[in-house]
Amino acid sequence: MKTLEEIEAIRTKKRKELDIRVNSNVGSKEKHILVCHGTGCTSSKSPEIINTFRKIIKEKQIKNVRVIQTGCFGLCSKGPIVIIRPEDTFYAMVTPEDCKEIVEKHIIEGKIVEHLLCKDIDGSKVQNLDSLTFYKKQKRIALKNCGVIDPENIDEYIAFDGYKALEKVLLHMTPDEVIETIEKSGLRGRGGAGFPTGKKWELTRRATGKQKYVVCNADEGDPGAFMDRSILEGDPHSVLEAMIIAGYAICANQGYIYVRAEYPIAVERFKIAIEQARKYGLLGKNIFGTDFDFDVDVRLGAGAFVCGEETALLESIEGKRGQPRVKPPYPANQGLWFKPTLINNVETFANVTRIILNGADWYSSIGTENSKGTKVFALGGNVVNIGLVEVPMGTTLREIVYDIGGGIPNNRDFKAAQTGGPSGGCIPKEHLDTPIDYESLKQIGSMMGSGGLIVMDDTKCMVNLAKFYLSFTVDESCGKCTPCRIGTKRMLELLEKITQGEAELEDLEKLEELAVNIPKTAICGLGQSAPNPVLSTLKYFREEYLEHIKYKQCRTGECKALAKIQIDPGKCKGCGMCKRNCPVNAISGEPGKVHTIDESVCIGCGTCIAVCPFHAIN
Amino acid sequence: MAELPMIHLTIDNKKVEVPKGTTILQAARKVNIDIPTLCYLKEINAIGDCRMCITEVEGRKGFATSCIQQVEEDMVVHTHSPAVIEARKMILDLILSNHHRDCLTCEKNGNCELQALAVKFNVQGVRYEGTKNEHKVDDKSPAIVRDFNKCILCRRCVSACKKVQKIGAIDAVNRGFASCVSTVGDNSLNDVNCTFCGQCIQACPTGALHEKDSTEIVWENLRDPETFVVVQTAPAVRVALGEEFGMPIGTNVAGKMVTALKRLGFDKVFDTNTGADFTIMEEATEFVKRFKENDNLPMMTSCCPAWVKYIEMNYPEYLPHLSSCKSPHEMFGAVLKTYYATKQKINPEKIFVVSVMPCIAKKFERQREEMKDNGVYDVDAVITTRELARMIKQANIEFVELEDEGFDNPMGEATGAGAIFGVTGGVMEAALRTASELITKKPLEKINFEEVRGQKGIKRATIKIGEKEVKIVVASGLGNAEKIMEEIKKGKADYQFVEIMACPGGCIMGGGEPIKSSKIRETIDVAKKRSEAMYTIDEKSKVRLSHKNPVLQKIYKEYLGEPGGKLAHELLHTHYQKREKYSF
Amino acid sequence: MPEKKEQSCSCMEQKLKKEVKKILEVYTQEKDNLIPILNDIQVKYGYIPQIAQKEISEYLKIPMAEIYGVITFYSRFTLKPKGKYAISVCLGTACFVKGSEKIMERLKGRLKIKEGETTPDGKFSIDSTRCVGACGIAPVFTINGEVYGRATVKKLDEVLDKLEKGEM
Repeated sequence: MKTLEEIEAIRTKKRKELDIRVNSNVGSKEKHILVCHGTGCTSSKSPEIINTFRKIIKEKQIKNVRVIQTGCFGLCSKGPIVIIRPEDTFYAMVTPEDCKEIVEKHIIEGKIVEHLLCKDIDGSKVQNLDSLTFYKKQKRIALKNCGVIDPENIDEYIAFDGYKALEKVLLHMTPDEVIETIEKSGLRGRGGAGFPTGKKWELTRRATGKQKYVVCNADEGDPGAFMDRSILEGDPHSVLEAMIIAGYAICANQGYIYVRAEYPIAVERFKIAIEQARKYGLLGKNIFGTDFDFDVDVRLGAGAFVCGEETALLESIEGKRGQPRVKPPYPANQGLWFKPTLINNVETFANVTRIILNGADWYSSIGTENSKGTKVFALGGNVVNIGLVEVPMGTTLREIVYDIGGGIPNNRDFKAAQTGGPSGGCIPKEHLDTPIDYESLKQIGSMMGSGGLIVMDDTKCMVNLAKFYLSFTVDESCGKCTPCRIGTKRMLELLEKITQGEAELEDLEKLEELAVNIPKTAICGLGQSAPNPVLSTLKYFREEYLEHIKYKQCRTGECKALAKIQIDPGKCKGCGMCKRNCPVNAISGEPGKVHTIDESVCIGCGTCIAVCPFHAIN
Repeated sequence: MAELPMIHLTIDNKKVEVPKGTTILQAARKVNIDIPTLCYLKEINAIGDCRMCITEVEGRKGFATSCIQQVEEDMVVHTHSPAVIEARKMILDLILSNHHRDCLTCEKNGNCELQALAVKFNVQGVRYEGTKNEHKVDDKSPAIVRDFNKCILCRRCVSACKKVQKIGAIDAVNRGFASCVSTVGDNSLNDVNCTFCGQCIQACPTGALHEKDSTEIVWENLRDPETFVVVQTAPAVRVALGEEFGMPIGTNVAGKMVTALKRLGFDKVFDTNTGADFTIMEEATEFVKRFKENDNLPMMTSCCPAWVKYIEMNYPEYLPHLSSCKSPHEMFGAVLKTYYATKQKINPEKIFVVSVMPCIAKKFERQREEMKDNGVYDVDAVITTRELARMIKQANIEFVELEDEGFDNPMGEATGAGAIFGVTGGVMEAALRTASELITKKPLEKINFEEVRGQKGIKRATIKIGEKEVKIVVASGLGNAEKIMEEIKKGKADYQFVEIMACPGGCIMGGGEPIKSSKIRETIDVAKKRSEAMYTIDEKSKVRLSHKNPVLQKIYKEYLGEPGGKLAHELLHTHYQKREKYSF
Repeated sequence: MPEKKEQSCSCMEQKLKKEVKKILEVYTQEKDNLIPILNDIQVKYGYIPQIAQKEISEYLKIPMAEIYGVITFYSRFTLKPKGKYAISVCLGTACFVKGSEKIMERLKGRLKIKEGETTPDGKFSIDSTRCVGACGIAPVFTINGEVYGRATVKKLDEVLDKLEKGEM
């Protein structure tokens, strides 16, 4: 247990110590080597990098150097990332073998290791994080501490104003004032639908019932989205603190966080955070000496996309199959064990402490008229810079794809961007300048979703993409209601027919009928939005569907049944790239001469198309 | 109870006033506006899965699920707007696209809720054809056949099994299109914790669940001139059989039933009610003895085979509390193959006893090893009320037009006490009538025991017999049985006599009785009607106490000796065994 | 000597039962502990043995059919042991766009099994996952949890060659 004063003392002391993390002009003798320990970089051996650094530093008996594991820095495609503070040197794609060089050259000799510096979009080498174009248009609120602090150290969180918002709320605000602040800030649910957060809190507070619950939805199921996980991995306390605040606001004293078991690092860090908070008395009985009690437990999701739907999530916490309930009644009135329950997602919670500390007006000054604040996106697909980005609402898609994302690689053209995952839609070129917010995305047939943003180049077949999403939905449909269970399956079958070249125009009619009626009849958001990928691709890329049906053609060659991979003799320079990379040795040709593909051997994997430097293969 | 405030709304331009908490569906049906349903089943299942009951509510985005959505003040509902109809058509089409559609050869042909909707919506073809789920038919058990190729995943059976009966032998498994209702590990029902109560069959709107057919073997034996085929009919059959021929629910068709059975070619038509009288003789005697000696109290009835299997699986430590009496039809079978056979000079092995039962579990009970005497089964075949109706239809008998005939003598005479065996509380009442007279040795002043009547799931009472008080409890539905067993187990109750029937309402609502559609179950109290018919039979009976049955008195005197005596024990009593819930 | 075999079989069962009971002891007998318990067992054994299901059923007083329904609902839980090398291809959108479908096709073609299956020799099993979070190095596949990024059909073939020869 720590008293208010003790926490304040930790804050002051630690903040001073950590000044070099945020201030590059401190004349400090100390150096911090920050290594990203998020899932992305962990996949490319960042734990080994951390160990190697520590080993070398110990061996060489270097003083005043600390190796810190942090959360995600955002630029995942350049990982593993190492940043050295206070000078803020940004090293990209570091391997364990590079550690020795970094220590010897950078730490000991004070010289930059040039070849490990990150290349910016224009090809120039950039020394520090802030000068990378990737970061220039970003504004970090939810991700503020990610990549700055050690997520497993509560003192570091406290140093950067951690638990100050809780203090303010518990000692100086009434629950109504808290709710009013959130309401005024204009914060809306970041899970996808964008329901006003303050209103949700208000509804739960007003619901009758003594026992209430706060639930954090961390069941990020959108394939290709990892915003929530990164927040939990990089700054778990910010979410925990917000849950406690929410508990105070709605008069609940028990919280649950529902995290996918597939996120072991996030789970572990959050559990550590809970333990630390309990130790400090920030969770448990009489928090800050008030009569407010609150505790949080972790519940693991076990791999069902539908559990991101709030009522399915509740069923899952209760130990059942994650099958959504018919709404109304809404969770605010009948949630967990049919008690009033507030459910917000991770990113929503991550904004709360900043709003409390900086005020509603500050927050509502960011963003567009109806969508306030920032949004975190997991930018992926055919784009140069893949990673996590946080931008003010209203940033255009073009800015994200080109300025932050660095555009499309391999000299390809932008074809579409997909937001909202399997529930969202494809946004074509003509809407690149749409400012991103809840309403505008809906208007152009997509949705905000939880923040997956996948860019596609012109080698991607939109019918095939729709099929991909439908196969996902069919896989993940809980099977409870008829339209989703059977309807989406039928849609997938129709799409398969189309991509096989076996469809007739009537099949397209059927597809559209289903796409229109399933949303009206399905129980939950998953079913209701399942046809969106089809509807939006039909809206913007109808001619591709018709090509598949009428001419049995797929212009990208992605639909294998329709594709014959061919080498354009006019473009082929005989470089041999395709031949060398073909996994089944289907390509032959003399160096410098036009190559050919043996159709009987070709498995249509498309490797050759991807590697051909002259775009000669289609 | 405070009265609920009334809510006013408009459904299809009709003003409706209903109490708060009513659903749109209930409100609509109240004013004779029908909304199609599939997954909804009154008091059992309201989960909004099938989506057939969607309606339009003015000012609301999306459709409302009328089986769940409660009415609100000034709500304006449209139950069949063009948009609703279009959506329902799609839903129905999708369900049919994943259905076997072999209606002509389906056992539910003519009584299928899906088929009825297809007719209603004038389905001429299936637009969204596609792959179908293929399931192996499970016919391993002696009682229930599961053909999940006909399942529409309404989950009414799951709720009946899990929520009402608290068994959970079946549940939804897998996910998405592969979802189905199944057992653990997709094992046969035979090898899991199923009690064969058959409530799942009663709940099923299609032909996915039905009883294991025994009519073929009955026909076979009827055709064999060497075999003496005897049939006995349970008390609950006569008050429901008529429904299968379009007669009103709760019509007593005993006379027509006997005529039909004779026409079918049975050599003798007897009444299981007489068997019930035997049971009471034995059970009341057993109770009086155990009550006096305070031996293994509470004593629990044992005439319900699903309950017996349930306690064998779930509370084996209480098996000594079960009455050792066989169930009425088994007792009757035993008497037929011994006393009657000797009297009529028929080789017992040439007698084929058929029991017509309202019950599915009797099919399981019949083949238990304990139900053999001198190496032959007491009963050779069990058919349900529905199977009997099918046989009558096959024989082209115009059931409704039949004259009444009486049961064959000497075994056809039964008392009113035997008649009420088919309703919850009936066994208790019959036993109390006899036990009272056995204890007090005085004639009963009041024959009716109103305390144990009615459709309540649990009925507790303290009955005064002479100077003594007997604490009793009557429960129907295995969910209620569980409650009672837990009370007893935790020492929270000191009952002396417990009656359990596995089916909610008793045998008149048994798994083998005519199946009523969701809509009928919503609007008519089927259990009440059938049970009223039973009590009427009792009221009109000349003899209303089992031990006063002259047939019984004669047989005990001539053959069995004393009730509870040695021979009676050999023939009319049995024993039980602990059973594993899961045997794989 | 079939008897001996049977004995050792039931011995294994006893051991398994004991272990499962140990896992169960950590939890209260509340129904909402079902999924955490299943998770522990999945992590420990790589699948959920039937004996474990029985034990859980008794401990939490949940019918086995319901437990089976939960197991078959969540893709994380499996009823059969995975292969010695559990290969999982990410089919998240970011990986899909980068061609993970082709990697999956190749994998299935080469091992001649479908998703969710294990090769008859128990060496390999194939699964798909939805986003392992390594979108920066998409497409990826994992073998026993280890991530292989920037995957190509060729890279997959090389890894499989090595595994088949036992070089890894």
